[in-house]
Amino acid sequence: MGNPNVGKSVIFSRLTSANVIASNYPGTTVDFSTGKIRIEEDFYEVTDAPGIYSLEPTNKAEEVALKILEKADLIINVVDSTILERNLYLTLELLEKGIPVVIALNLWDETKHLGINIDEKELEKILGVPVVPTVAITGEGIKSLVSRLSEATTNKKYKSKNERERWAIIGSIVSKIQTVEHRHHTFRDTVADATIKPMTGVPLAIVIIFISFWIVRLIGEGLISYILDPFFENIYRPFATALSDLLDPGILHDLIIGRLIDGGIDFTQSLGMLTTGVYVPIGQVLPYIVAFYFILSLLEDTGYLPRLATLADNVFHKLGMHGHGIISVFLSFGCNVSGALSTRILETRKQRFISATLLAIAIPCMAQIAMIFAMFSKLELDLVYPPIAYIFLVFLILLIVYVSVGLILNRFVKGESPEIFLEIPHYRMPHFQTTMKKTWMRILWFLKDAIPWLFFGVFLVNILYAVGIIEWFSYVLQPITEGIFGLPGETSIVFLTGFLRKDLAVGLLLSLPIIFHPMQLVIIATILTIFFPCAATFAVLIKELGIKDTIKSLILMVATSFIVGITLRVILLGI
Amino acid sequence: MNIESLPLAHLSHNKLAKIIKIEGGHGLHNKLRVLGIREGKLIRIVSKQPLFGPITVAVSGNQITIGRGMAHKIIVEVK
Repeated sequence: MGNPNVGKSVIFSRLTSANVIASNYPGTTVDFSTGKIRIEEDFYEVTDAPGIYSLEPTNKAEEVALKILEKADLIINVVDSTILERNLYLTLELLEKGIPVVIALNLWDETKHLGINIDEKELEKILGVPVVPTVAITGEGIKSLVSRLSEATTNKKYKSKNERERWAIIGSIVSKIQTVEHRHHTFRDTVADATIKPMTGVPLAIVIIFISFWIVRLIGEGLISYILDPFFENIYRPFATALSDLLDPGILHDLIIGRLIDGGIDFTQSLGMLTTGVYVPIGQVLPYIVAFYFILSLLEDTGYLPRLATLADNVFHKLGMHGHGIISVFLSFGCNVSGALSTRILETRKQRFISATLLAIAIPCMAQIAMIFAMFSKLELDLVYPPIAYIFLVFLILLIVYVSVGLILNRFVKGESPEIFLEIPHYRMPHFQTTMKKTWMRILWFLKDAIPWLFFGVFLVNILYAVGIIEWFSYVLQPITEGIFGLPGETSIVFLTGFLRKDLAVGLLLSLPIIFHPMQLVIIATILTIFFPCAATFAVLIKELGIKDTIKSLILMVATSFIVGITLRVILLGI
Repeated sequence: MNIESLPLAHLSHNKLAKIIKIEGGHGLHNKLRVLGIREGKLIRIVSKQPLFGPITVAVSGNQITIGRGMAHKIIVEVK
């Protein structure tokens, strides 16, 4: 337990070897994780709590932390030693609670860079509880922390003080144990200033975001053409073909391998569980997931995102949120589920509702973005402009939708949207192994989450095709797709699948034997993003917003998709 | 020596000032104080976003972004 962004999650994963995500900004942990630690012969349960500044909660994540505290037998109070004074406030409150405490003075290495000297032995003497300097990211001090857990104790000296008294006590403690040397303006300070001042910060932000997306695309395409395509063509195809020959034509063959196109397997069009069901997540989506999470993890670990939130606050405040909303947007580009969870850090219901609704409406996840790329490169189209221009158009439309719906919601949703209040961490050089480990964890989550769903999706679609339900749906929905959006009736199956997973929906689209107008694809990609998030995100929305607000959110999604769809039809197709 | 007191929002860049009063209710101010924005502390403006956007301040060894409205309620003193 400790203040936000002091490295609790890193210490937690060091203690338990459990995998949790940690980043260099406040509010990465919004829920708790538990793990087990073995000390000598016994196992103990360890819980990683969201950060809190004091025992008075101001948002949902902090309430979670307090609930954990109530059940704790022992607290490891993680403290940022570079800002010891304000961290000690929580420490004091914890001591007053009378629960045994051990203090980890984390970021110990940083104090040296900043010219801060702390006498940890003296601090231990004054507080009367074990104090252990740690550098969680490298693992330094963790062993000694574990070995001293048994010495955890409380200090009866500190009892029911008011706030003023607490600060007085802290002031006297800090003056005894800490000295700060004067330090010259470093290069890091110059960078820190340049990235947060509007004149230099805004152009830098645009450059950083542009370069990030460009690198994601570069890595993604590189992985596909140099690793995954050769793998699927040279190694996987012979295996799949052999399997196809082994199976007699019939329902089983259709489920596992799918339809043969021109006598052979087509990974995008065959629609079998072991062909398209494997190729879409691994051959098409995974490369972009790898690329995106690598860049996101880098951005997170440096500490850039809170600065971006500061720069973006102006715009986001007009949309009824505050700057922190942009962090949810970034996470949503990876996966809307983690984006929706991250809205917990916002203070009011209004902010959470707007933030979650907007991301569900206008932010396509990386799985979908990857398939949008595939859509314009794989289909035979009569393109007037290069494919990237159409993809850019989709993003532009979604941006306009995000801003317009936000402006409207800010006006009509009741409630307050308090101002931004965000700590700006020091820049830190990302620790390579930690960043890689985090990227890897997120990739595993994707694989665990995506592959079963896609298998299930392919299975379901095949069954529904076989029994004729799909045809019936296409027939029923035809007036909407054709009449309202100007799209071929068969695309209704694409939207239906979009309820389940967006990448599979686009995968199905690729298998349709239709020649599309490129602008129709732009409309499909846009509507597919807006009308419904995937089933997994929807479940999270219900959990976070409650049934009533989720229904409101859903109505907004449907209404927006109709308005946008009709508008696009008129503008882009001219019919 | 001239002592001038003014809201933090009107303090100019990079000038060091001392916080003398925080106006308004208890709620969020508790969080302000916990983060080191308290009476008696020295504070400096790092950046101001245009169009009444938020202000980033340096106080007690760390930086915090706060809204402009909040910055109007923090009264500081420049020597």
